[in-house]
Amino acid sequence: MNLFLLELLQLALLLLAAPLLTGLVRKVKARLNGRVGPGLLQPYRDLWRLLRKDVVLAPNASWLFRTSPYLIFTAVWLAAAIVPTFATGLLLSRTADLIALVALLGTARFALALAGMDVGTSFGGIGASREMMIASLAEPAMLMVTFTVALVVRSTSLPHIAEFLLTHAVGIRISLFLGLISLLMVAIAENARIPVDNPATHLELTMVHEAMVLEYSGRHLALIEGAAMVKLLLYISLIASVFFPWGLALDPTEPRALAIGLSSYAAKLALGGVVLAFFETSIAKMRVFRVAEFLGGAFLLGLLAAIFLYVSQGV
Amino acid sequence: MPSFANPAYDTAHLLDTAVLMLSFALLYQRRLFAVLTIYAWQALFLAAAAAWQAYAQGAPHLYITAGIALVFKAIIIPLALHRIIVSLEIHRTIETALGVGATLAVGVALVALSILLVLPVTTASGALTRESLAAALSVVLLGLLMMITRRNAVSQVVGFMSLENGLILAAVGVKGMPLVVELSIAFSVMVAFIIFGIFFFHIRERFDTLDVHDIERFRGERR
Repeated sequence: MNLFLLELLQLALLLLAAPLLTGLVRKVKARLNGRVGPGLLQPYRDLWRLLRKDVVLAPNASWLFRTSPYLIFTAVWLAAAIVPTFATGLLLSRTADLIALVALLGTARFALALAGMDVGTSFGGIGASREMMIASLAEPAMLMVTFTVALVVRSTSLPHIAEFLLTHAVGIRISLFLGLISLLMVAIAENARIPVDNPATHLELTMVHEAMVLEYSGRHLALIEGAAMVKLLLYISLIASVFFPWGLALDPTEPRALAIGLSSYAAKLALGGVVLAFFETSIAKMRVFRVAEFLGGAFLLGLLAAIFLYVSQGV
Repeated sequence: MPSFANPAYDTAHLLDTAVLMLSFALLYQRRLFAVLTIYAWQALFLAAAAAWQAYAQGAPHLYITAGIALVFKAIIIPLALHRIIVSLEIHRTIETALGVGATLAVGVALVALSILLVLPVTTASGALTRESLAAALSVVLLGLLMMITRRNAVSQVVGFMSLENGLILAAVGVKGMPLVVELSIAFSVMVAFIIFGIFFFHIRERFDTLDVHDIERFRGERR
């Protein structure tokens, strides 16, 4: 029963922390640009405003367009719940593994691309086609990293990976380092962050994510933006739980471990957000056609990680 | 990772990997100044690797190697190349003979090749020697690859310098490398660099470009 309550706590925490994280990234970026920037709580206000507004639907929008936001949000939220955020012993994270997580995110992306094309505007189509190009390159890289980590730990289950890395002396392996960099590149592409896509742009030539959601309004838009925020949180939690699992509560029913887990999770999220903001400010957006090279590089790094595993283990 | 079972081993690995990663970054990068910056970073990590080996092996002469790498390769050579690029007004985007994606794929194949080469030779030694030898050999091969795939003379020189970084990396990883050998490598690279610099000026003066592709027809190779 206690575990059940903790699981509900994690689900609620994901929803509550995601807009704060996005607000933090925006605030730090604004400060780095020399602006004051909106307050940390601005994303909450934006979502609340959107939720109260009416939906404006295009006359030719089908049921697909109306149901997609709910599907996307649910899939991303569920995927985020698989990641061990502050404790490893939670119920949901035991039911699915890293490959299921990739599949859930793939489902969300599929629904979003279909919805982008549904109304038949040219922007939706171009956004969907670019998103699919990015996805076709990012997913193999993500799976490659998954396989590397799975080969080290002999499991694809996330809580098991985190527990194993916490309790065993694995050492800084070349493979894990390469896998981390590969996963960081994938995370940047998947979250539509700066070198690949710009989350704040409405310039027609460079939009990817924003182009697909142009036609959305009201609560639909709120759900899609919320899903994007949760996805950012998901990737930072994923990287933190696999590569920096310090502080995770192994036994979530013990109050002290739980407190350490929660506070270290908050620290990791804040650190991840600040690092992301610094990275985004220091780099320029690349051309769409260079994204293939960028993500191809991520895939090759994942491949290298798997190759180096065989050297260090001597399998 | 969380528990540092063997810090000497782990840190050496991390530094080796960083040098290898930066070799890939050199292959990925298209702008000349960025190539120089990456090269300087690679030399910096090389110096850190050498200093760490000096500390871990208790071999003080490796500190000299680290110092040479830091002063010459991380500071003087990049700055000098920077000045050459500015003073010769070289076109600053690099033309590659092979696409960047294909080059990176060949690079990974070369890393696999060097692992396959190193593994049977070093079965007797520990995992550290094996991994750092594999990484060092990969850096050497990637430097060669960079020299082959770039048409611009400056980036070919950077490829040569990064190849030499791989040699030093291999040398510091092995116990009992005499200082004379390292000094002579460092010195010969300095000489090579000076000769390259003079060559740049002459090529530029004679042919008005540093793109070696344009020079080939003077050898009668162009179809």
